[in-house]
Amino acid sequence: MTATDLSTRTAPAPVPRLTLAAGAATALALVERDLAVLFHDLFAYALRTAMQPALFAFVFAYVFPRIGQGIGGSRNAAAFAGVLLPGLMANTLMFQGVTAVALPLVSEFSVSREIEDRVMAPVPVKVVALAKVISGALQGLFAALVVVPAVWIATGFQAPVSLGHPLRLITILPLGALVGSALGLMLGTVISPRRINYLFALLLVPLTLLGCVYYPWAALGALPWLQALVLANPVVYMSEGLRAALSPQLPHMPLWAVYGLLGSALAVLLWIGLAKFEQRVLS
Amino acid sequence: MNGDAILCVDLTKRYSGPPPGLRGPRAGGPGANGGGGDGLAGDDGGGVLAVDRLNLTVAAGEFFGLLGPNGAGKTTTIGMLTTRVIPTSGRAVVAAVDVVAEPALARTRLAAVTQTNTLDRGLSVFDNLYFHGRYFRLSRAECRRRASELLARFDLAGRAESRVDQLSGGLAQRVLIARALLHRPQVLFLDEPTSGLDPQSRLRLWEELAALNRGGQTIVLTTHYMEEAERLCERIAIVDHGRLLALNTPQGLKDEVHAERLLKLTLATPADSDGKLAAALRAVPGVVGVETDGRTVRVQGQAHPGLVVGVVNAVAQAGAELRDLAVSEPTLEAVFLKLTGKEYRE
Repeated sequence: MTATDLSTRTAPAPVPRLTLAAGAATALALVERDLAVLFHDLFAYALRTAMQPALFAFVFAYVFPRIGQGIGGSRNAAAFAGVLLPGLMANTLMFQGVTAVALPLVSEFSVSREIEDRVMAPVPVKVVALAKVISGALQGLFAALVVVPAVWIATGFQAPVSLGHPLRLITILPLGALVGSALGLMLGTVISPRRINYLFALLLVPLTLLGCVYYPWAALGALPWLQALVLANPVVYMSEGLRAALSPQLPHMPLWAVYGLLGSALAVLLWIGLAKFEQRVLS
Repeated sequence: MNGDAILCVDLTKRYSGPPPGLRGPRAGGPGANGGGGDGLAGDDGGGVLAVDRLNLTVAAGEFFGLLGPNGAGKTTTIGMLTTRVIPTSGRAVVAAVDVVAEPALARTRLAAVTQTNTLDRGLSVFDNLYFHGRYFRLSRAECRRRASELLARFDLAGRAESRVDQLSGGLAQRVLIARALLHRPQVLFLDEPTSGLDPQSRLRLWEELAALNRGGQTIVLTTHYMEEAERLCERIAIVDHGRLLALNTPQGLKDEVHAERLLKLTLATPADSDGKLAAALRAVPGVVGVETDGRTVRVQGQAHPGLVVGVVNAVAQAGAELRDLAVSEPTLEAVFLKLTGKEYRE
């Protein structure tokens, strides 16, 4: 049988094209799957999420001021709690992006290959990655909301949270969650399982400690080189943005910088993450 | 569906670097070669040519086998037909959809069961099927109904709520196939479905696959087990080094290459020592080899209409008494040996 014989046979019939609605339906099903897995173990998940920020807030904003040492100084315990809560929420958003998206992806690509069934869903492969980002962001939002009461209780009910800027809160929180989740997608597609240990030491720890989580960015004015350096860290804009929403009495970055940089970070991380995801799936 | 289920025209894949990890850790067994080695057909500086101008058609309803050793290009071929590997050149059409131009649409009409257990460990057995259907945009009610039906059909109803990491290899393979069928694919691709299974699980899976095909399901299976291809497939393509070496029915392949069959004769008394019987047997048209061992004589012969009668007559003429005669059909293994000139490596 030669190629010419074959090419005269069975020309493909015109086929219906994939509609946007159909793509969205599949994406929703993929998100639903991730949430079903999450809800299966919701209580343990909430406990795990709340433990680290709650203990951190407890030691630094409750214990330290009372034993005479403290980051914010003993007189400013309440003010420090106001710095800490938005920072810890931002840190949680970033951390969730990594634990809800990057870690599962690394193992599903290499060890378990569970992703196979999802990448064979009848949508462009990038839609599967996008659904992962959306469900990661939803998990991040949920985790950030769990952090609020945990920190509130751990600081002896003294975090001065303001709800005077609901518009800032309901825009910056999801935006930050999407940035965290897109960061997770990018990391999950470029890191090999052998290097997963470096992720925590070389990336998560610097992102957290240099993410203006425990101090406002303006306070770094005393160290101008550091103040400039941390601008490369997306967590800075999440912390500062949430501070502008929840503790507006504290110094924070201008909003245009927060929205502009978070939006740009989201675009860049998604662009890299989606392209890398497709490269990993197709060969 | 009218016409061909699959059409490949000059389908070619050249990997620019080493072939990517299309497969995970292999299911194990003696065939494991360290993994990651599919399609190592030839490295001639311009990358690795895994599949080389493959032309074939598979008819709707057919049970089709791709047989070849590790590294023959089977997995890459399946990868291209199931939209996961982008061909370097050539064309592939599955269920009337061009897989390169319309991969998302093609995926609604095909299903792929890969070599490794890719079940979703976060979900129960039932939910693995249910969510698979949801990805294909079936209604919740239909997903539930189809999942229950398929679990019952594969005798898995009692496992519906099991965690998938508690399943044995054979059970997991059945769940994988049940899940693949949920969206009613027109063509089902199975990449080495029985590698790593114990003999009972393998037999059971063979029966289930044969039953599916009798029900009209088009199935394309890759295997490096000769027995599996021979037993299940209506037509077999033998591939090696990315090339199609032969394509025919199992019997046709054997006839095509004039594969030898083996006649085992058992005599009443040990064969004569003067070689009279052996000489008489060698004179029979078609006989290519004779080996005597006490009362047992093994005769190798080519497919020839008068072979058995000739051998029986030769024994009588040599004055020996025949107690038993067993004819072994040629095996695909012999066909493979003829085609490639080398031992089959599983």
